[in-house]
Amino acid sequence: MRKRLAGLLLVVVLLLVTVALSIAVGSRFIPLGDVLDALGGSGDPDDVLTVREMRIPRTVLGIVAGAALGLSGALMQSLTRNPLADPGIFGINLGAAAGVVLAITIFGITAPAGYVWFAFLGSVLAMLVVYGASAGRAGTNPARLALAGIAVQFALAGVVQALQLSDRGALDQMRFWVVGSLANRETDTLWSLAPFFVGGILLSLVLARSLNALALGDDTARALGAGVGTTRVLVLVAVTVLCGAATAACGPLAFVGLMVPHIVRSFTGPDQRWVLPFSMLLAPVVLLGADVLGRVLARPSELQVGIVMDVIGGIVFIAIVRARRVVHL
Amino acid sequence: MTTTSSSARVGNAFRTVPPRSFLITLGMAVALLVAAGFTLTTGDFAVPVGDVVTAVVGQAPPAAEFVVNTLRLPRLLVAILAGAGLGVAGAVMQSLSRNPLGSPDMIGFSMGAATGGIAAILLTASGTVGTSIGAVVGGFVTALVILLLVGRHGLNGYRLVLVGVGISTVLMAVNGYLLTRAILGDAQRAIAWQVGNLSGRNWEHVTLLAIAVAVLVPLVLAFNRRMSMLELGDDTATALGVGVLATRLVPLLASIGLVAAAISMAGPIPFVALAGPHLARRLTRHPGPNVLPAAMMGALLTVASDFAAQHALPVQLPVGIVTSVIGGVYLVALLIVQRRSRRA
Repeated sequence: MRKRLAGLLLVVVLLLVTVALSIAVGSRFIPLGDVLDALGGSGDPDDVLTVREMRIPRTVLGIVAGAALGLSGALMQSLTRNPLADPGIFGINLGAAAGVVLAITIFGITAPAGYVWFAFLGSVLAMLVVYGASAGRAGTNPARLALAGIAVQFALAGVVQALQLSDRGALDQMRFWVVGSLANRETDTLWSLAPFFVGGILLSLVLARSLNALALGDDTARALGAGVGTTRVLVLVAVTVLCGAATAACGPLAFVGLMVPHIVRSFTGPDQRWVLPFSMLLAPVVLLGADVLGRVLARPSELQVGIVMDVIGGIVFIAIVRARRVVHL
Repeated sequence: MTTTSSSARVGNAFRTVPPRSFLITLGMAVALLVAAGFTLTTGDFAVPVGDVVTAVVGQAPPAAEFVVNTLRLPRLLVAILAGAGLGVAGAVMQSLSRNPLGSPDMIGFSMGAATGGIAAILLTASGTVGTSIGAVVGGFVTALVILLLVGRHGLNGYRLVLVGVGISTVLMAVNGYLLTRAILGDAQRAIAWQVGNLSGRNWEHVTLLAIAVAVLVPLVLAFNRRMSMLELGDDTATALGVGVLATRLVPLLASIGLVAAAISMAGPIPFVALAGPHLARRLTRHPGPNVLPAAMMGALLTVASDFAAQHALPVQLPVGIVTSVIGGVYLVALLIVQRRSRRA
């Protein structure tokens, strides 16, 4: 208990530090004093614009999307009893991407509040295919999960590219979205997606107790009074809403949901009542940290957070695969 | 009795070809000819079969000769050669790793070659030869890194594939980074190459690929029998008088060369190296690497996919997009079928 409370304090401090860094540090250098002035609204108008109109919305988006992705990663790993479960590996992100591209090219829908429904639909379909192909009696097999995920990603990436190539206007609209980035997203997007984020987060936190019961096996869970089928469906709903909204807002971001729950479990243990809230707080630290890193590394331009996450995440993925006898889990 | 018959087979290379494999390979060759006929005759400018034949020989109407000899024939030949090379490479890698998923796509080798090629296009602004060298170097370095990460005993398990997936992800991000840093023209060229593209191939591409295939495929074929024995296990193979190290190394290097050649001329066309040998083995029902059937199936898949890419939709697509979609669906179907059969 003391370890968990200390961990909680640490994570909160880390979150505050990354938020401060995300506001203070950028590809355009602004001295710290000027940043503080700009926050208050005084000082150089350029700095005020950069800090208040660009860095703050970007940071808020990072917090919300990070929380959503971290939570969904934890939910999926718990539900599938699979250490490799992640929205990216599950093909959910590309499913959402395919849905969005379809909405733009075929139906001409350009507002995020409109195409988010297509993102949901695409992510549900991708998730069901991958889950179906990898599930067995005792959860999902990690290797089959990764394979099915890769296969679905190849197929969907082909569809997305084909649609983009067939419609130049759509390509232009999609270009900035498809990389996976927190930059230059409109504030309206965030507001129109806010209900989904809030709903998904609340639903996930409510599910913690049932997931704990489910971890003991289906029969024990039933004996403890948890609805096994209902819990599974609700988890899938929460994951879809969270990932779909995060993807609609930032484009496809992989691996946040993979690594955060691993770090969290190392000091909270398997209790979902701790794992879920911790993942929700730590994931924004990772996502914002990667975003700040991308801004600093490639000065004077910047590296999209999707690219930074893929490099870090790929290495972590290999480490997890090598560290455990994944196949026998 | 079985030992005498197998040692008799060792004595006569021709008698090792079972009739079923022979018939299947012949059937695929016929199918390939038909597909080639469709490819050469169909398009915005339809060329009758008779004109195609005379164009290849050299006395057709000028328009037909231009369309066939300059536009369609080189593209078709690159598709056949690249597909065959990928099929052979996949067959060798799957046989040596004793892993049906141990193909160059799944172990990150293709992605490494792609990264090398893109880096060559973007950083040195080089042409076909430079791209090839970049692809070969990129592929070799990636293969080396993966082997080091997997370790000696991980070759025939899922770990090989999973590490490959991880490496592919990192390399994909590197490719994305390289593309964002490039000037627009170079980036467009690299993107068109990156998805696996056969449009605008000329006789230079055909010649380079043909040399690689003509040298490396016979080399692999010479090891066909020894690789089948290696599939029985290292000890058995040694007892049968097979040099284990050479049987691993020579075909592996040859197939790395084939993948690099195919990728540098046609871009990384996904799944041909995975699905080609797989399908060939299912059809022949014969153990061993099945080098020739795999080559034929690889060529057939690539030619058919390129035909679909050109004519199935109102827009022309790069062939890599078609094989990516078909291959992805194929792999998912394979996993679902496997799961069903294991449960039963």
